[in-house]
Amino acid sequence: MKKLLKVYNVLIGLFLYAPIFVIVFFSFNSGSSRASFEGFSLQWYAELFEDQLILKSLYYSVIIAVLSALIATVIGTLAAIGINALKGWKKSAYLAVNNIPVVNPDIVTAISMMILFVFVLGKFNSMEMGFGTLLIAHITFNIPYVVLSVLPKLRGMDPNIYYAALDLGCPPLKSFVKVVIPQIMPGIISGLIMAFTLSLDDFVISYFNSGSTFQTLPITIYSMTKKPYNLKLNALSTILFAVVLALMLIVNLKKPKKAERKP
Amino acid sequence: MNKGLAIGNNKVNLLPFSGWMVVFVLVPIALVVYYAFTDVDGFTLENLKWVGTYGKTLWLSVVLAFYATAICLLLAYPIAYSMSRASARVQRNATLIIMLPMWMNFLVRTYAWMTLLEDTGLINSALRAIFGMDFPGLRLINNHGAIVLGMVYNYLPYMILPIYTSMTKIGTSLIEAARDLGANGAQVLGRVILPLSVPGIISGITMVFIPSISTFIISKILGGGKDYLIGDLIEDYFLGNSGVVNYNIGAALSLTIMVMILAATFIMNHFDKDASTSGGGVI
Repeated sequence: MKKLLKVYNVLIGLFLYAPIFVIVFFSFNSGSSRASFEGFSLQWYAELFEDQLILKSLYYSVIIAVLSALIATVIGTLAAIGINALKGWKKSAYLAVNNIPVVNPDIVTAISMMILFVFVLGKFNSMEMGFGTLLIAHITFNIPYVVLSVLPKLRGMDPNIYYAALDLGCPPLKSFVKVVIPQIMPGIISGLIMAFTLSLDDFVISYFNSGSTFQTLPITIYSMTKKPYNLKLNALSTILFAVVLALMLIVNLKKPKKAERKP
Repeated sequence: MNKGLAIGNNKVNLLPFSGWMVVFVLVPIALVVYYAFTDVDGFTLENLKWVGTYGKTLWLSVVLAFYATAICLLLAYPIAYSMSRASARVQRNATLIIMLPMWMNFLVRTYAWMTLLEDTGLINSALRAIFGMDFPGLRLINNHGAIVLGMVYNYLPYMILPIYTSMTKIGTSLIEAARDLGANGAQVLGRVILPLSVPGIISGITMVFIPSISTFIISKILGGGKDYLIGDLIEDYFLGNSGVVNYNIGAALSLTIMVMILAATFIMNHFDKDASTSGGGVI
């Protein structure tokens, strides 16, 4: 039985990684076909670094991800503190609103904001969708995840620590920064990271709210897949994958001692 | 809990959030509802009648999403179980292994499936090489099966991780106790582990079903573009890819998805009375 389970786990692993192997393998194709391998070459990597469109949209993606994650983290952390102090139906109402973008399908969130933007921008003829609308859209779908990752930390915190600081004469703002923030920091950090990755990876919401001038990487990838498929995309994916893998390995190797501790 | 943690002026803490969510979440949803029930002449039910003509597409979306969710659940459960029983180190590595593919752009991964599945693709070529013959009847792409496969592939991690999380909360001692009291393997699974993993199952189902029912790219790439799903319709009506832009019908379709998902969530919460007490929050 245990052996069977092991075989099964390996099969699922193969299923999850089959496309990854295909992508990495064909990124070294000397031919230009997505499906028949002609020989080893690094030409797609070379072309990738000359592709201004890809590099620019990667840059735009990072800017949007950093800004939206930071802004969402500030708004979301404050909101989590506020919601945590509420009681009864008010708390439920805030949590329900917070959950709307999480539960709603991406495409519905996307078109609902698109309607708003088109409606408002329609009043000012000269403006069109771009950096601003994209940033707003990303902040909007990031906020709930920050709230959801900070709230449990606040719930688990003993409020008396904060009141003790106040009693001992520490001003409220300083107590907040010195006492509360360090306690909930893990939640804030994980919210920030989640917001950053969600934003970096988002396709659907950006697709409807980016306009034609300001395109993030997933949008550029989508427009490139519509033309004859370009193996530059495989090279790009392989590099990004390698970077993430390296980061994960570093993080994972650094913390074993702490993680081994049972709660 | 005694006194809650109140910091500064709570109204001020909530102000940016409230303002943002009203303007960019609630108002847009109100606009969707408004557009769904109006056209240039004012109030109308015409848009919803249009949605009715897409009954087949809606049904196909529901059926494919249902299959994808069911298959994900069946595939994920044994994995989640064996992960939850492994050592801390294995658990950490397994989580990493499952998450890692999600970091590759999903469009590129879906195209890789095309490379694997198409008639001249890797799987068919491999079969030809092994058996020395063609399998003309074997169509792996441009059908419903391929769309479901794409959904399963993309959303399987969202099923595994919540179930795994809920299973790690079941203490080993609980299972040992059941064994000591004479339960066999099947009984432990059916009467201890399964009921206690329901919150994870529910959140996994939600996290797979919702993106599956509203997808619009997977169906295009792996379904050959001939099978429209509800997401494809919405995309077309808002971006005019097939020549017609009509926000009203698009909004009516979106409203339909929202109502369907709301209904599904409502039914599922019925099954999961503990979810609210255990805090959910599995992401």
